[in-house]
Amino acid sequence: MAVASLKPGYAGPTRDRVDNFHGAQLVYVHWEEHLNFCAAITLPLPADTPFDALAGEILPSLYAADPDWADVDLGAARWMLDGRDWSPEPGRSIGEQGVGHKSLIRFWTAPAGNA
Amino acid sequence: MAARKLSLKQKYGHFTRGLDWEPSYQKKEDIFPFASYEGIKVHDWDAWEDPFKLTMDAYWKFQAEKERKLYAVIDSMAQNNGQLGITDARYLNAVKIFIQGVTPLEYQAHRHFAHLARHLPGAGLRVAAQMQSIDELRHCQTQIHTISHYNKYFDGIHDFTHMHDRLWYLSVPKSFFDDATSAGPFEFLTAISFAFEYVLTNLLFVPFMSGAAYNGDMATVTFGFSAQSDESRHMTLGLEAVRFLLEQDEANVPIVQGWIDKWFWRGYRLLSLVGMMMDYMLPKKVMSWSEAWESYYEEAGGALFADLARYGIREPKYAEVAKAEKGHVSHQVWSIFYNYAQAAAVHTWDVDDQHLAWLREKYPDTFEQTYQPRYLAWRKQAEEGQRFYNNGLPMLCQVCQIPMAFTEVGDPGTISFRVSEHAGDKYHTCSDGCKDIFDHEPEKYVQAWLPVHQIFQGNCGGATLPEVLDWYHINQGADNLDYVGSPEEAQWNKWMEGRRPAMPIAAE
Repeated sequence: MAVASLKPGYAGPTRDRVDNFHGAQLVYVHWEEHLNFCAAITLPLPADTPFDALAGEILPSLYAADPDWADVDLGAARWMLDGRDWSPEPGRSIGEQGVGHKSLIRFWTAPAGNA
Repeated sequence: MAARKLSLKQKYGHFTRGLDWEPSYQKKEDIFPFASYEGIKVHDWDAWEDPFKLTMDAYWKFQAEKERKLYAVIDSMAQNNGQLGITDARYLNAVKIFIQGVTPLEYQAHRHFAHLARHLPGAGLRVAAQMQSIDELRHCQTQIHTISHYNKYFDGIHDFTHMHDRLWYLSVPKSFFDDATSAGPFEFLTAISFAFEYVLTNLLFVPFMSGAAYNGDMATVTFGFSAQSDESRHMTLGLEAVRFLLEQDEANVPIVQGWIDKWFWRGYRLLSLVGMMMDYMLPKKVMSWSEAWESYYEEAGGALFADLARYGIREPKYAEVAKAEKGHVSHQVWSIFYNYAQAAAVHTWDVDDQHLAWLREKYPDTFEQTYQPRYLAWRKQAEEGQRFYNNGLPMLCQVCQIPMAFTEVGDPGTISFRVSEHAGDKYHTCSDGCKDIFDHEPEKYVQAWLPVHQIFQGNCGGATLPEVLDWYHINQGADNLDYVGSPEEAQWNKWMEGRRPAMPIAAE
């Protein structure tokens, strides 16, 4: 529904257009069942970021603050992209695999010892 | 013969209606351009009944008397080292949240009620708005004067207006009020005067003022008393304004209901910061957030909405969600602050055993199961020298701007993620309540200044944490991080040496 406004056709700038992020797009990642990290985490990532780099470098830099992380096998993780099951391929870029501006990636890892 | 004295009612009539006139050479809609675009229909402005009939001369007299008392207490506090009377320096974090988050809203309220005092077509409502505008300015000033005493001795208070405009957690109250002031005059009245000042205000002022009383902060208590009679006038204005709109035209009912739904939810989300303050920051507790919600919203609000049912108004949509979440929200917000204490101008700390026991008692269905294990794990990490910090920046709700830490009703292990699409972009919200607000007016909320996104756009001083904190004017190593190890703690302990047997601990 349109905003009730003094002048018909009211609109304002879209503050978070992808062009405003200097070549990156925003991607949110969330490690499920680990709410010691209070919320999903925002990352500015170029679309051509290989999934490998996300899983192998970026996620550990964020989540290693949890001692459980050392036992995590991301190869066995279950992934969800924007509400759908997702099977990312390590060698391909995130952009090629459907990750867009302000996409949300959620993942579940097996509890330690069960992996 | 001596001049006959006017009765209060006559005097009031002259001061308000008597000063109004019917325009003859300008059209009314040109004089009051904001009056009709929201769709609200008013047929008879004179039907507005002024609940207080306060005239300007009486107003000045009352306010001057209150000011004299307040400033006497502030002086005495300054001369007697009043800051040493508080229970513990941790208490000051409640005061910091207040001055950083609430005081600037008083100023915003002052400005916008002045706008209403010019732009509402009814003279009676204009006069009420003008007095409230002056009240709000007075509240802002007296809060600054009261709290400036603490600014001499404690951190995080020194640049509160600058911080209010920039800090991630202060964008929550700031954007709340920006949303209201950028709405039309009737939505603003419903939002601030009714939903906030009438329905939810006790959840803001009782915790802060009783918290101050319980924790030996006489300055803030006195400020609270000084504002109290103003607040009751504001509450009455809110209720009477909404009743007036509902009585003027049936077509107003669905519009007002939509605003009540929206502003109940916005106010409730904003108050989750207060819930965290109550349950965690007060060394000596007043009541739990859950108890406060029960008595000030569920009971009082229930009676109010039963009364408004005759106009066709129902309880706010999602009031049930708020009820279901009451055992969770304060803990989830504390978790946010513990995650990001490095970037906040308040301190956090390990929740000690006595507080854990209090929280278990107050939250028998949620705390021990869900939150205590988290805090104990953090304690263990801290004891091992690995104090847990979140090194990423949180995903924020597009509407309330709080980090998306709230969980699904009935499933405290799963974050509540909601998403909308608008003009090809995704917009994430924390709840059905916030999603509805976005979907109703996406053109408004796509403009939200989300602090995390602004950092990544390069608009916040730089790409590193110290650069951003400099841009926030956070005095690093003093304003931020844990209480334990802070200069504030060292100073407090030095003051207390020989004065008190040990640091008092709170939970009753």
